[in-house]
Parts: sequence; structure tokens; C-alpha cells
Amino acid sequence: MRFADLLAELTRIPGVRGALLVSREDGLVVADALMESVDGKAVAALAASLTGRMNGVTAALGHPEPVSWQLRGSDGMLLAAPAREGLLVVAVAAAEANAGELRLRLLSVAGRAA
Amino acid sequence: MTVDDIQALTAQLARDPSSLVFLPLAEALRRRGQLEAALAIAASGAGRYPEMAGAYDLLARIQSDRGEGDLAFDAWTTVLRLDPDHVGAHKGLAFLSFRAGDFARSLRYLRRAVELRPRDESLRGALSRVEDAAGVRPVPGFERGAPDPLRALEAEVGLALLVDPQGRLLAGSVHDSGGKPASEQVGAVLAGISREAERTTRLLGLGPWRELSLEGGPAHFELRTPTSDSVLLVTRPREIPAGRLALLADRAASAARRWLEELR
Repeated sequence: MRFADLLAELTRIPGVRGALLVSREDGLVVADALMESVDGKAVAALAASLTGRMNGVTAALGHPEPVSWQLRGSDGMLLAAPAREGLLVVAVAAAEANAGELRLRLLSVAGRAA
Repeated sequence: MTVDDIQALTAQLARDPSSLVFLPLAEALRRRGQLEAALAIAASGAGRYPEMAGAYDLLARIQSDRGEGDLAFDAWTTVLRLDPDHVGAHKGLAFLSFRAGDFARSLRYLRRAVELRPRDESLRGALSRVEDAAGVRPVPGFERGAPDPLRALEAEVGLALLVDPQGRLLAGSVHDSGGKPASEQVGAVLAGISREAERTTRLLGLGPWRELSLEGGPAHFELRTPTSDSVLLVTRPREIPAGRLALLADRAASAARRWLEELR
């Protein structure tokens, strides 16, 4: 399946403002589907950096890396799930988006993205 | 006090209902376990002398013995209104607060009681026991040790951690997957995460960050910022539903916020 098709599974969820595939190693955009207002490069870099931090928490506890994470602010949220081959699936959404549905779809996409 | 003494005091009170013998009489009955009779006499005396702190203290002790914590709390609060330095009321309120799991409040009352009666070894011993139970530890940046606010929320220790912006431990503890203490290591990482989360939400226009959820393999994690200068981690095995963990984290964050405000 093409990256664009995978990302479309995320962006069709109401409230989602963008979805990306990101290289975890360097935080660069591999593929994206974004609304105009979303800065893909910034999202990619920040999501990759935060993922590294999250891995630090689980590593300090002797656990494997997280399956996914969600950062919620008062006006929106950022979600990410590691995929194979050093990729990270990332979504940016409005605060009122269905986080549960988005998480499930994110994990599904992460399982197929490579 | 013998039965004869009690009968004599009872007769004296019957002859003169305004007599202050209601105090030793109700106390004697309380000590003998005759709580109902003691309560009736103490309540009547307190009603007759509404400005007498000792009458309400006696009433509170009887109510406490009867398991009527709320009523005892009210009575001891009345005592402190009448006499703010009443050691017995501070001690009684500390006991009730401890029994209710409010360690911070219990410590406040006991510390005040010790200030009022510094040579009382039993009070010092009680303070020491409550400090142990509350998990009191030195708090970076604060002169006096404070109870661990997460202790009261946690059925199991090792599942919640509160740190300051430098990653120094404020309260709680976490263990690694092998059961070894890992608070220091996790605390150091948490401080960096908070800064990164703040930067991310600011740059992406997501508003101030409120919650960070990690879905792990064997465990899930929730992060909160109880105050602008603290970070809280709460973790549970993945069998605990994510929504319940989020609620636990919210509750722990509220407790931590109150605790930090009290310290200041």
C-alpha cells in the first residue's frame, strides 16, 4: 500500500489536521498529508525528538519502547507510533478529535507502514 | 474513680445542674466505657457552658470513642475557635485527619501541638509515627520535610513519581521491571520530557500541554504538570484500563498541586 493511502486513513478522521511518516533517526519527513496551516518539518522534528525522550522513560524502567504516545494540549494533540524500519507515524489533531479512534488507526497504519 | 465516687458526682450534679462536676463525671464514665451516659452529661454541660473549650474537648473525645468522627471533628474545631492553643484539640484533630488518610493535615495539627508542648514525649512520638506513615522526606528547596502526597493515593508504592524542573525527586517513587528503585533515573528523564513537551505544543500551536500518555508493552504511563514547576508520572500495568489510569493521574496531580501549594 502506498504511503499516501496509509496517511489518508488518518486524515479522513474528523479533526485530524495532518499525518506524516517520519524518519525516527533524523526527524525528517518521509511522506505527509497536511492541512496548509501545519508545518510538517516542525511536526516531524519535534515528534522524533519527543519519541526519543519517551524511550528514555521506558528504558530507565527496563521496559521496551512505547507502542504509541499522545501529547495533549488545550488546543490540540500530537500522536505518534513507531513503525518498522525506523519510521514513525505521526498525526496532528484538534482537541475535539476522537483520540481513541485516532490511536487505533495510528497503530494499524504503523503496523503496515514500511 | 470508684463507683461510689461516680454516684457522689451524679448526686451532686442532680442537686446543682450548673455545677462543673459534669467534667470529671463525664470523663469517668468515658473511661469506664459508659459512652452513652458520658455523652449525655458532656453534651448537657457544653450546652450550659458554650464558651468553655474544655467542655467541647470532652464532648469530642467521647464522640471520637463512639466512632462519630464528623461530630468529634466539629467539636474539636469549636475548641480551637474558643482556644486556638488547645493542645488536646490539635491532637484530636490530628488523630481524626490521620484516620481519614489526610496525612498533610494530620501533620499540621501535630506539629502545632508539639510547638505548644515541646517537651511532651508522647506528642513527639506521635509526630514521628505519622511522619513515617506519611512518607515524610526532605523536599528540595523547602526547609521542612513534607508527607508524600502520592502515598495516600497509592495502594502500591513504586507507581508514581513527582519531580521538579531539574529532575530532583519531590515525592513518590518508581521501580524498574526488576523491582529495583529507578526514581533517580526516571526523574532525570522526566524533566527533559516536560521541557520538550512544552516546546512542542508551543511551536505547533497546541496550547499549554496538559497530558502525555505513553502506551507501553507491559505498562502504561501518564504524565501531568501539577504546577508549572513540577512533573508527575503515574504508571500501571497495561491490564489497567487507559481511562482509569488517566483518572488516577488526574487525582494524583490534584493532590500534588495542593501539597506543593501548602509547602509554599
